[in-house]
Amino acid sequence: MATSFSATLPLHGSQENRLLLPPIRLAPPPSSFLGSTRSLTIPSSRRLYHAHASRRSPVVGVQEVVKEKKVTNSLLITKEEGLVLYEDMILGRSFEDMCAQMYYRGKMFGFVHLYNGQEAVSTGFIKLLTQSDSVVSTYRDHVHALSKGVSARAVMSELFGKVTGCCRGQGGSMHMFSKEHNMLGGFAFIGEGIPVATGAAFTSKYKREVLKQDCDDVTVAFFGDGTCNNGQFYECLNMAALYKLPIIFVVENNLWAIGMSHLRSTSDPEIWKKGPAFGMPGVHVDGMDVLKVREVAKEAVTRARRGEGPTLVECETYRFRGHSLADPDELRDAAEKAKYAARDPITALKKYLVENKLANEGELKTIEKKIDELVEEAVEFADASPQPGRSQLLENVFADPKGFGIGPDGRYRCEDPKFTEGTAQV
Amino acid sequence: MSAIIHGAGAATALTTFHSKKLVARSRTNLPGRSKRCIVASGSDDGSKSFGSSSSLSLRHSHKLIPNNAVATKVDTSATTGHELLLFEALQEGLEEEMDRDPHVCVMGEDVGHYGGSYKVTKGLADKFGDLRVLDTPICENAFTGMGIGAAMTGLRPVIEGMNMGFLLLAFNQISNNCGMLHYTSGGQFTIPVVIRGPGGVGRQLGAEHSQRLESYFQSIPGIQMVACSTPYNAKGLMKAAIRSENPVILFEHVLLYNLKEKIPDEEYICNLEEAEMVRPGEHITILTYSRMRYHVMQAAKILVNKGYDPEVIDIRSLKPFDLYTIGNSVKKTHRVLIVEECMRTGGIGASLTAAINENFHDYLDAPVMCLSSQDVPTPYAGTLEEWTVVQPAQIVTAVEQLCQ
Repeated sequence: MATSFSATLPLHGSQENRLLLPPIRLAPPPSSFLGSTRSLTIPSSRRLYHAHASRRSPVVGVQEVVKEKKVTNSLLITKEEGLVLYEDMILGRSFEDMCAQMYYRGKMFGFVHLYNGQEAVSTGFIKLLTQSDSVVSTYRDHVHALSKGVSARAVMSELFGKVTGCCRGQGGSMHMFSKEHNMLGGFAFIGEGIPVATGAAFTSKYKREVLKQDCDDVTVAFFGDGTCNNGQFYECLNMAALYKLPIIFVVENNLWAIGMSHLRSTSDPEIWKKGPAFGMPGVHVDGMDVLKVREVAKEAVTRARRGEGPTLVECETYRFRGHSLADPDELRDAAEKAKYAARDPITALKKYLVENKLANEGELKTIEKKIDELVEEAVEFADASPQPGRSQLLENVFADPKGFGIGPDGRYRCEDPKFTEGTAQV
Repeated sequence: MSAIIHGAGAATALTTFHSKKLVARSRTNLPGRSKRCIVASGSDDGSKSFGSSSSLSLRHSHKLIPNNAVATKVDTSATTGHELLLFEALQEGLEEEMDRDPHVCVMGEDVGHYGGSYKVTKGLADKFGDLRVLDTPICENAFTGMGIGAAMTGLRPVIEGMNMGFLLLAFNQISNNCGMLHYTSGGQFTIPVVIRGPGGVGRQLGAEHSQRLESYFQSIPGIQMVACSTPYNAKGLMKAAIRSENPVILFEHVLLYNLKEKIPDEEYICNLEEAEMVRPGEHITILTYSRMRYHVMQAAKILVNKGYDPEVIDIRSLKPFDLYTIGNSVKKTHRVLIVEECMRTGGIGASLTAAINENFHDYLDAPVMCLSSQDVPTPYAGTLEEWTVVQPAQIVTAVEQLCQ
């Protein structure tokens, strides 16, 4: 299928090419970011794509891709796939709504960042991954964990701070980890997870090339627009492209970093452009449309599995709620919110499924009901779970508890029976 | 030399021991304690370039393993073992671990083709390839994080900071991720990294290249810190750190890389949590680590001539402190002097003073005295630099003062 990637000339090895061709300057329409109903495709890119095919033009809006597909009258997804995507997005939405309820009822505390409105990005990417692929996220990680396969019970319990949570109650909302599902967290500081994701991708390459194992695991790193002004992001783009790591950098550009508009904080707001500067394709996609995201994701993941290196994908998306449950969300324009609410990814997918006769209303309603019950059950489970005991305080600080050292009595502190009771002084 | 074998079942765990006196700490089998032959040989000529006449590690213990479990030869033959410099010892340890486990890899600036700016990774890239000995770009935060991510997914990276001071740029990753992820993930992910590099005050390197980061890192929960000071313990600690499931920060010192010593041919590792007895004594306990060990030994020579009998302990484990060895010493001598290269404020000495006061207050005949570097950015000028760090003369004066 003709995709944005096929226009990419080899990025490695052709050092001379890079220097000879002047950078492609594409002037975006000035108002295309703020509350625009059409996705940000660079209108001139189509011209570039066709007319300058020999030019290095790895960046193309994806609407063309999808339009091309539609012309050939084949659907982007099968019924099964469609239902899976729908269920995943409904799960994300219901779960987050329930989180808000529980927070205001005093069942969870601290910083809780909800993902409403951005479900297409999580579902679009993560549903293409296998269990051994890794996902790294930020503090807005509940839905990434759910999409990756962590059970709703485990996530809800973690939010309630109970022992049965995925991190035994020790992580909380911003630290969803799962070894089983290769969810590598959950990071509170922005940008912190990107080097960790780079490391996971490095392991994948190492396993293939040094340990000679059959490993084509990819890593997907999710982060926001605010992170794209952070040094860690650029350092990792450099290393990932340099070592051709199997990683996909997914920018969930929801235009706002708490109260800081992306346009007020970034000299060049088009994040996808930063990919080619490091030698990797940069793609912009409409993040409110799960099918478009999925198409781009397919290509990026295949690229990574083939060993061709990283990709930077910018998803234009929007969060319907505030930055966190503590954010009064007063700065954002109501008109902007309304415009994006009209592009709700779940409604869009529902419309697509029904119009293309992939599913009927009844089937979708069944899914919604099923998810409602699942989320309710998760809450009940979390409510019924015990809180961590005192003895858990000092566990897991060290993988090898000898790290607590030798006490004055000559024994390792962790051998002291009082240690596990949590009454020992460390 | 002799070989020590761990008894199966309830018996023993051994660490370094002196060939003259076979002592061992008897403990219940701890999970994760490596069971292998550990051999140490003492070389009494102690050919260290500082000319100290101290004997090597000597363990005190009130429990001895039964003699028949051990085959020993009380032998101080100087024919076994091989002599090398400290950086070569580090390299040897690293190479042995890389041979042993293919998951061990190195990452850092100039570690590969350049061989390491202090030659610690010399020749390793040729032997193991560019991916196992990875030359990174200059992005400490990112490559430290990359090492942590790699550790979470199954590798065992050894991350080198070209100078410890550069790791300040990686503080975010070291504090938030390296130390904490095992806990915040509820124990799901281990981070078996080793972060190492040279620090400390060198010869007129200027303020930024003369930093002592052990004081900044010591509060981070979840990490262990060790400081090596001799080729013997450098190799031993390097190997132990790599084998440990915990993240370990190994502090080396710029001025100690060319120390020469004879180390055993056989494989050995040092215990990460234990301190090293450098010179047993009766009058006063002097606690020190890294380069200051040599200043203390110089002072010790003078003190011995003046009739004092200082006990010198190289604490080695900066986090956690080996309160057992330190405690035994305090109970014997009742006087403590801490000599460190850290700053006065908030350094290792400050923590250690607090720990000793808290735990062994009743055994002290005098307040704990701590000699640290001045709270000053290390000046370039040689004379000023000399005055920022503790010199042997000051140690002698302090001991005399404490022992009045």
